Amino acid sequence: MDLSAINPVLLIASLMVAATPILLAAIGELVVEKAGVLNLGVEGMMIIGAIAGFATAVETGSPLVGFVAAAFAGAALSLLFVVLTQIALANQVASGLALTLFGLGLSALLGQSYVGIRPPEMGQLYLPLLSDLPIVGPILFSHDIILYFGIALTAAVWAMLKFTRVGLILRAVGENHDAAHALGYKVVRIRILAILFGGACAGLGGAYISLIRVPQWTEGMTAGVGWIALALVVFASWKPWRALLGAYLFGGLTVVQLNLQAAGVAIPVEYLAMSPYIITIVVLVILSADKSSAPAALGRIFHASR
Amino acid sequence: MIRLEKRPQPSQAWSLATPLVAVLATMIAGGLLFAALGKPPIEAIRTIFWEPLFGEFSFYYRPQLLIKGAPLVLIAIGLSLGFKAGIWNIGAEGQYIMGALTGAGVGLAFYPIEGWYVFPLMILAGAFGGWLWAMIPAILKTRFGTNEILVSLMLVYVAEQLLASMSLGLLKNPEGYGFPGSRNLQQYESAHNAELIANSGLHLGVVAAFIAVIFAYVLLNRHMLGFHIRLTGEAPRAARFAGVNPTRLILFCLGTSGALAGLAGLFEVSGPAGQVSIDFNVGYGFTAIIVAFLGRLHPVGILLAGGLMALTYIGGDIAQSNLGLPSSAIQVFQGMLLFFLLAFDLLTNFRIRLGAPETA
Amino acid sequence: MKLTTLLTSAAMALGLATAGVAADKTKVGFVYVGPVGDGGWTYEHDQGRKAVVAEFGDQVETVFVENVAEGPDSERVMTQMALEGADLIFTTSFGYMDPTINVAKKFPNVKFEHATGYKRSDNVSTYSARFYEGRAVQGTIAGHMTKSNVIGYIGSFPIPEVIRGINSAYIHAKKVNPDVEFKIVWAFTWFDPAKEADAAKVLIEQGADVILQHTDSTAPQAAAKAAGDVITFGQASDMSEYAPFPRVSSIIDDWAPYYIARTQAVIDGTWSSKDTWDGIGAGMVGIGEISDAVPADVKAEALALKEKLASGEYHSFTGPLNKQDGTPWLADGETADDGTLAGMTFYVEGLEGDIPQ
Repeated sequence: MDLSAINPVLLIASLMVAATPILLAAIGELVVEKAGVLNLGVEGMMIIGAIAGFATAVETGSPLVGFVAAAFAGAALSLLFVVLTQIALANQVASGLALTLFGLGLSALLGQSYVGIRPPEMGQLYLPLLSDLPIVGPILFSHDIILYFGIALTAAVWAMLKFTRVGLILRAVGENHDAAHALGYKVVRIRILAILFGGACAGLGGAYISLIRVPQWTEGMTAGVGWIALALVVFASWKPWRALLGAYLFGGLTVVQLNLQAAGVAIPVEYLAMSPYIITIVVLVILSADKSSAPAALGRIFHASR
Repeated sequence: MIRLEKRPQPSQAWSLATPLVAVLATMIAGGLLFAALGKPPIEAIRTIFWEPLFGEFSFYYRPQLLIKGAPLVLIAIGLSLGFKAGIWNIGAEGQYIMGALTGAGVGLAFYPIEGWYVFPLMILAGAFGGWLWAMIPAILKTRFGTNEILVSLMLVYVAEQLLASMSLGLLKNPEGYGFPGSRNLQQYESAHNAELIANSGLHLGVVAAFIAVIFAYVLLNRHMLGFHIRLTGEAPRAARFAGVNPTRLILFCLGTSGALAGLAGLFEVSGPAGQVSIDFNVGYGFTAIIVAFLGRLHPVGILLAGGLMALTYIGGDIAQSNLGLPSSAIQVFQGMLLFFLLAFDLLTNFRIRLGAPETA
Repeated sequence: MKLTTLLTSAAMALGLATAGVAADKTKVGFVYVGPVGDGGWTYEHDQGRKAVVAEFGDQVETVFVENVAEGPDSERVMTQMALEGADLIFTTSFGYMDPTINVAKKFPNVKFEHATGYKRSDNVSTYSARFYEGRAVQGTIAGHMTKSNVIGYIGSFPIPEVIRGINSAYIHAKKVNPDVEFKIVWAFTWFDPAKEADAAKVLIEQGADVILQHTDSTAPQAAAKAAGDVITFGQASDMSEYAPFPRVSSIIDDWAPYYIARTQAVIDGTWSSKDTWDGIGAGMVGIGEISDAVPADVKAEALALKEKLASGEYHSFTGPLNKQDGTPWLADGETADDGTLAGMTFYVEGLEGDIPQ
């Protein structure tokens, strides 16, 4: 056992990278759920984003264009969910699961000719002086731009929910759609926009995996990250900053676990792998005492004429 | 201007017609997809829907439909009870795993003793394992009001890790040269869930699925508890006035669905699958949610929906092998089927009206 | 896709649908556990299938089904292939072992080939590759190339196949560099590129400047490339897109020679059940080109070792070797028997840490 081999600075820097795809997807889903919609299709939208971003980046040579394409692709897929749940008023749980199934299949079809290709690389931020600072430099000033975008997005969503009228309306729709409707808000329109936003974020998260974190394209490469993002939203009790913290915790657990293994510490890997889910359940229980946290209309179907 | 108007009563005619319309729409859209992939569309559709039922080798595929469909139906029946009452157990996959683990665990503990009592004990253990796993969200919901959707989902991942741990550790076959996976229960007579009639596909799990369908039908239509379930789902306030005890209802619905999912896992691990292995679960618990909705939460509908899903799996594999369709195309095809079924469901509960909306 | 193309292909397909398949072709089926697009295990098996098509042309017809779950689904797919007239079926995952035996019992005239298993019957052969021979070559290069004397190893699950590889790589790295130390990380997954990337990064952060992987994605390659001064080896496929650096060589699963030979045997009527465990010599384990990043003398030494392994002159596990706890395993000059290797669940002396469970 040699714990001194673990470099805490590098550990923090790499867990930030590990956390970013989960964070992006979770922030999107958080907005969706705040609007009272439960979209279980995150995994499907992520993988579509992963292949769309990868293919676009390879074809254009620009990872940034790839990310834009991924956001569009994720939103496009979520449009199917919109049609089902907001227009055809289908059950959200079933529609979300169908979306995941469809997304996994479609991404594999689209990606057939992209296996074994190396994508163009995304540069890392380099700020003279700042990036060279000890400790702070590697942690804060030497990542790729999307990672910063994820944090900025978290801040933006937090501010939007807390301070703006849009946030207020969004929350009203999520808490009580009938009341919101009575007040004259366009419940369906707001929810559609939220779902599209969620899809775009999930697409970005997927592309982060295929373009930066791994980077390569293989079928089914998101390997369940979308589900972790769903758990994270709950873990964060629908609060953006807690989502950020949670993403670092979830991403960090894997990284710390691997670090301990490499340092020769005998740890029961499976039990450690369970812990994020068990922690989430514990958090859920604690939160249930506070009735205000979960959007009250979550998962319920809204139809205006009654 | 097109708008929707809620029907006072769900339309009986549309309720029967929409599945057919959806299947037809899927055939058209899927055919276009297959053609775009350069595969013969009509041949592909025929292979998926016709070949397993009436093709040259249907004598083999028909029993396979039972094997593939039984766990789906068994789990979906349990889930539908809760769904009808607005209780959302989406963690059946975890309960399925736990049932298989506890059931197989009991069986393996007796190895190599042969005895008539081994399999009944395994059945009890399997049902208990699934029930216990479902009791976690149930009790958290009744005691603390915790959201059961999320708790049951989280427990799926915990169960998956337990499964990996058990396949590599406690339940590992001591004569398996260090490879992960338990002994094969098919080779341990007392613990083997064998076909009741050879090559019929009819194992105890299939029988259990049919019994569950009948049980659910009777419960929902003839029994007070079934009435309470329906009432809670349709009018929660009225249900409270009618004296429905929500705590008991939650415990019953989650417990039943967990026990049935556990049973499905036990019958699978002791029969068709044979052993506990890392990749033992193949998503029946999640597919069953879709089956429950496709069947409109009606026991007979679920039976048919389970058959339809099994058909697309089996037909899809045949299409892969005979026509060289990639498995992802089959996945997309199944996704389309679900989309159309869910979307056309609208017609059952709503009327589409053309013209300007009346002033509300 | 344009509508016209769509319609044309649809019309063409309609016409073709009625055309039958010639009866006297030899039909070969392949059952895959993953997608052919996984770029690793299943991808290489499918390359083997394509080689069969290229070799025999119209003489054979191949069919495959991908993403087949172990258990009843695999049993059904194998039965279906046998019913549809397959003469030879390759089942390419360890978990297909019992299903293969079950189906083979029902179709005594169909030949089955099960990869990596240990159960055989009159019409079931088993085949596997001695990847540990490739690991010996890797270990030699790794031992020479490391400057930090720390070699990182990403394992999938703690099973004999993976443990053999670790031991073989360690023995040969140690032989050329007595100071070498292995850091082993178990990913507990066959396939999770993101986790593999994390594992590689962790090992690099903890000082490893050589990464060996027993998982199939290129994620560790990319992590090494980002780190700049770390070398890697391709796994399962050549991963030449990361050559010449960080990927300096690779172990390639080359199933083509075996698949062609066995198909030929079925065509000739000479097929019989056997247990094949082939290595570099038979061409089942390929060593990808050693890139110029490796000094010429190291490259020459590695190639010499490869030759000796191929000719059978040298065995990867040759004594004196002790087990991790210090108990003697192989005496001087003694080589390991296949039975011990097949069920290997111990580390050799010098490796640190415990095998999980």
